[in-house]
Amino acid sequence: MAESTIRERPVQALMMVLGVAMVCALLVSVSAVKLRPHYLANLEAYRKAQLESILSALSGTRYAAAAGNLESRVVELDSGRYSERLDAATFDARKAAANPDESMLIPPHRDIAGIKRREKNATVFLARDANGDVELIILPVRGSGYQSPLYGYLALAGDTSTVAALKFYEQGDTPGMGARIQSPSWEALWPGKQVYDDGGALKIGVARGKVTPGSMEASYMVDGISGATRTSQGVHRLLRFWLGEFGFGPYLERVRRGEG
Amino acid sequence: MTNRYWSALTTPLIGENPITLQILGICSALAVTTALDTALVMSGAVTCVLALSGASVSMVRRYLPRSVRIIVQITIIASLVIIVDQVLKAFAFEISRRLSVFVGLIVTNCIVLGRAEGFAMRHGVLASTLDGIGNGLGYSFILLLVGAVRELFGHGSLLGVQIFWTTAQGGAFDPLQLMLLPPSAFFIIGGIIWFIRAKRPEQVDRSEFKIRDELQEERR
Amino acid sequence: MSELFDLFLRSVFIENLALSFFLGMCTFLAVSKRVDTAFGVGLAIICVQTVTVPVNNLIYVYILAPGALAWAGLGDLDLSFLSLIAFIGVIAAMVQVLEMVLEFRIPRLYRALGIFLPLITVNCAILGGTLFMAQRDYTFGESVIYGFGTGTGWALAIVMLAAIRERLKYSDIPDGLQGLGMSFMVVGLMSLGFMAFSGLG
Repeated sequence: MAESTIRERPVQALMMVLGVAMVCALLVSVSAVKLRPHYLANLEAYRKAQLESILSALSGTRYAAAAGNLESRVVELDSGRYSERLDAATFDARKAAANPDESMLIPPHRDIAGIKRREKNATVFLARDANGDVELIILPVRGSGYQSPLYGYLALAGDTSTVAALKFYEQGDTPGMGARIQSPSWEALWPGKQVYDDGGALKIGVARGKVTPGSMEASYMVDGISGATRTSQGVHRLLRFWLGEFGFGPYLERVRRGEG
Repeated sequence: MTNRYWSALTTPLIGENPITLQILGICSALAVTTALDTALVMSGAVTCVLALSGASVSMVRRYLPRSVRIIVQITIIASLVIIVDQVLKAFAFEISRRLSVFVGLIVTNCIVLGRAEGFAMRHGVLASTLDGIGNGLGYSFILLLVGAVRELFGHGSLLGVQIFWTTAQGGAFDPLQLMLLPPSAFFIIGGIIWFIRAKRPEQVDRSEFKIRDELQEERR
Repeated sequence: MSELFDLFLRSVFIENLALSFFLGMCTFLAVSKRVDTAFGVGLAIICVQTVTVPVNNLIYVYILAPGALAWAGLGDLDLSFLSLIAFIGVIAAMVQVLEMVLEFRIPRLYRALGIFLPLITVNCAILGGTLFMAQRDYTFGESVIYGFGTGTGWALAIVMLAAIRERLKYSDIPDGLQGLGMSFMVVGLMSLGFMAFSGLG
């Protein structure tokens, strides 16, 4: 029959297959290119909303005024200095973390947060008071939770030790368990905790289990989430990483010396 | 003529529903029905892909050699899904994040390939498009029903609008936690199948064995 | 090391592709009438999954991800929108290869699987495993474990369901629930059961 001979003739068949492939390729590419700006705009709005999440956590606290008065700067993590060449308006830290030129591999024994690559620069947000001293710092932090990456912001008072707020805007851990790092009741445990002890040692963290109120560790540690040890320890480790010498440690040191 | 087209559109709603009778398209039906809005968007995406793939496959059916027909169908379907995914990311970003990998999984949605291979390869463009839309509607019907039940009894809301005020909000309704868990979708669909087959006995799976008591009753 | 073992246990029990994410349901419900065919399909799924997830991981990391082509000097290119079709292509190819290997090496299994072998290509669980791997940015080692684990979990689930359905044949079930309806209920209960594992680890 006419139908099957047209089909089975190899040249015709090949032409048809190639034709389908080209049409599909054309349609997919056109849509990808034309819709990309919309997608990027959405992503941008989404990222802005993430910063909003910690700003709204700070409203109603004594940092509310400072939170409304933020400037953004790009920090070179290794030296702790502000970057000369990078502009906070255009710098994308997440993209940098994936780019081999703008990031570095962390040796496994130092990679306590489980992020593998660390960007060389990061965007920080700060507010200054009338004298020009820093009164609020917001740092982006990230690490690995139980089954998903955790992304959040840590807000510190000008003394670089008192926590103003810790808020995660992206996580994919178990609802009802690890996901409780986004629950208001757990977030409320953080304001007022101290990052360093009197000797300057890094003490902030998440305890395994409950913290005895009034004990020494209560100033620095927050209750672990029961049933979500992995996520809780993920938060503990990412805080220790980003506040340590391989994270914002050098930068915070400079801020304390008044050079921030 | 119109009768055939009308039946292509309506039979898949109950008479030959892809989920409850053909056992197709179940995967995504369960994971995206925790809320009515994700179920709605997913239904729209699948119906779109079904209609367009039905039309496209039907257009090229006379020129496809047997050896490559499956991979060509998959190519067409995959391209359509990529485009739909791009559109969602551009115009419904929040929902596309919640749907995450399940939009991509429309490619392997058995309904799409099943109808392409089973219907569009043998029928004209208009009939295939209508068949695609019909099956999409059948799929959507189940999805929306399950999504509505799960959101209503799990959150007390529909499409985000609070219907029953929960105890946490000061009302009297204590949400059924089970509805937020995946197995609830299975129980609900099982119940829907039971209801449909009670009304339409021709859809019932005949059992392979007769229980002894039943046999004795029949002999009497 | 314990991380990998933990990932394996998680992908078999807590994040079981069949019972927690309900992927691959069509084949799951259609092929679970007898334990021996269920076992065969399960084995085939394990093979395909263990191979395709790592291979797709390599393709994603070195070709498709944003900035992936930096080694070729094309660091600006973001080809991730091609992921779907690339992954499906790899899966279709692997299933084809598996089909040929089985046909010549283990013809009994090949005949027993029949039509379901090519159907693995469009099994949501296979593509789903790959998509989750890409979304969670697993390394190559993790991909191997994840592929093997998810395949094993799916196989375990389908064999269990087949065993239950073989028993259900002798039960007195209302007409409307007979067959498919009852299977849905049973799978729902199995899924609830597997959720108990989430308390571990």
